[in-house]
Amino acid sequence: MTERTPVLSLRGISKRFGAVQALDGVDFDVYAGEVVALVGDNGAGKSTLVKVMSGIYSADAGEYRFDGQVVDVKSPQDAADLGVATVYQDLALADNLDVVGNLFLGHELVHVGAQLDETRMEQRAKELLGTLSTTIPSVRTEVASLSGGQRQQVAIARSLLGEPKVVLLDEPTAALGVPQTKQVLELVRRLRDRGLGVVVISHNMADVFEVADRIHVLYLGRPNGDFQTADTTREEVVAAITGLRSNGREAS
Amino acid sequence: MSSSSAAVQSEATPMPRSPREFLRRFGQGEFGSLRVLITLAVIWVIFGLAHDRFLSAVNLTNLSLQIAGIGLISVGVVLVLLLGEIDLSVAIVSGLCAAIMAVLNVKHGWSPVLAVLVAIAAGAAIGTFQGFVHTRFGIPSFVVTLAGLLGWQGALLWVLGDTGTVNINATFIVDLAGTFFDDVVGWIIAVALIVVYAAVTLNGRRERLRAGLEAPPVGLLVVRIVAIAIPVVLTVWIVNQDRGLPLALCILVGFVMLFDYITQRTRFGRHIYAVGGNEEAARRAGIRVGRIRVAVFALASAMAACGGIMLASRLLAVNQSSGGSDLLLLAIAGPVIAGTSLFGGRGRVWSALLGALVIGSINNGMDLLAYSSDTKFMVTGAVLLGAVVVDAATSRRRQKAG
Repeated sequence: MTERTPVLSLRGISKRFGAVQALDGVDFDVYAGEVVALVGDNGAGKSTLVKVMSGIYSADAGEYRFDGQVVDVKSPQDAADLGVATVYQDLALADNLDVVGNLFLGHELVHVGAQLDETRMEQRAKELLGTLSTTIPSVRTEVASLSGGQRQQVAIARSLLGEPKVVLLDEPTAALGVPQTKQVLELVRRLRDRGLGVVVISHNMADVFEVADRIHVLYLGRPNGDFQTADTTREEVVAAITGLRSNGREAS
Repeated sequence: MSSSSAAVQSEATPMPRSPREFLRRFGQGEFGSLRVLITLAVIWVIFGLAHDRFLSAVNLTNLSLQIAGIGLISVGVVLVLLLGEIDLSVAIVSGLCAAIMAVLNVKHGWSPVLAVLVAIAAGAAIGTFQGFVHTRFGIPSFVVTLAGLLGWQGALLWVLGDTGTVNINATFIVDLAGTFFDDVVGWIIAVALIVVYAAVTLNGRRERLRAGLEAPPVGLLVVRIVAIAIPVVLTVWIVNQDRGLPLALCILVGFVMLFDYITQRTRFGRHIYAVGGNEEAARRAGIRVGRIRVAVFALASAMAACGGIMLASRLLAVNQSSGGSDLLLLAIAGPVIAGTSLFGGRGRVWSALLGALVIGSINNGMDLLAYSSDTKFMVTGAVLLGAVVVDAATSRRRQKAG
């Protein structure tokens, strides 16, 4: 895998908030067609790193490369323009709108004039949800009446409308029941099969081992190991998260 | 008065498959407009039994004239409620704008058309100002428009000056509430409405089929078209037995249809619902939330101006109590009674018309029965309370189910 160019690559990223060094020289790569889990204890810097990737924070130091090119990402719009989509934990769905309304929110298709082109939006929504094999009953269902897993699916599907190359998922399975978690992980796999680079932040080791190809551990704002899921064990990863082991395979 | 449950239902709401599902969804607050239609039917039956003139052509024509002004104000109120905001200044702004129109026309000799246009523009400017203060400084709309309620009251007195009352006799303004169409014209308008509605409905079905989407069966659409046609035909038939179709009613229904189109079928309307449903989601989706808010407050005050002009036309005068009394409370209570949520994001513009009908019917009926204001206020209050209690109960049930 390492011969290929990562679609998104961070080199030596540092970020400081006042006295707190949130990130300190973090390297992070995502390849196309790969699911990377970003794990770490509370305060390890996962959220900060995701916010750097999604353009909400700009790093104090380090390089942001996209498709091998060094780029300057200053705002969420910059990241979105490159092809980095983010699905936040709170999903940001409008409960009172239906699935189609939420998918196209802010990017509605219109006829000449200003009338909404509901037919074309519904068509594209069906196509998209169909290829993702989501479990949403009807694209005209009001989002308020969907389950947590279905809402997560809507939020993920919406991020795909901009044809991104990398999707960042912040705790996609938090607060979901077992069958719903399964549906969402299924969807994550299908994103990978579409050739997207997928970054999943998670606390749940079971989910991480089920869906991730690679596991990247942060500990106190520094990288603390990068494991191929197939070659590692849960104990090894947990040890890295808790700082019992540092810097990958070297024991402390 | 051309509304029905079918019209207020979104095209896409799947029909219930069984009576039990219908009852469950009814209980969860879907078919909200059906509930208000039932309320309205109950009120009409009660007053119809209590007084033989309530359902007469003369009285129903009067009712439509009585609700025109307040209904126009309520159209703007619905837009503000959809954002989850409130505008306490609508009634007094309606009075102020009517006063501006009357003074420009009567005291300054402006042409009535120009005076009306300037009055509506003044309303839009007032709304823009209030919306700007609300968004720019993050002050709750309740407080901004409460200040407006006081301030514009002062402006109204100032505009009217020493005279206190300005009588209107310009034909153009008087005719707004005083014009009745010939029977034939009434029927032409009715047929045109039904034909246009049928064409839009059937064309929508054809477009969906062509796009390979499932479409409702023709039979269902025919039921829906008939459901619209019946109240339209009935209305015209009834008013034609009296003086004919009032222009005021056409203006009210026209504005309701216009704003229903804007809120349901345009990007701007979709964004109003989005901001009312989840402001943060709207902002992250790239919607300029502040602009939407200012635009809605501007439209609400402009509609208040239209309502004020209509009320002045009916009264043939503007005075110091224009826009006062219970106008504000009734203009807000109407849409809420008809199912528009105070918490934003839920409701239809039609609720302005239906709510005005409910409140207007209560007032009209109790006037006929010679009840005094004390009873009228208590009954209207009880209906409002009942409506919001039902609204709260159903939305809680919906959350539980969701």
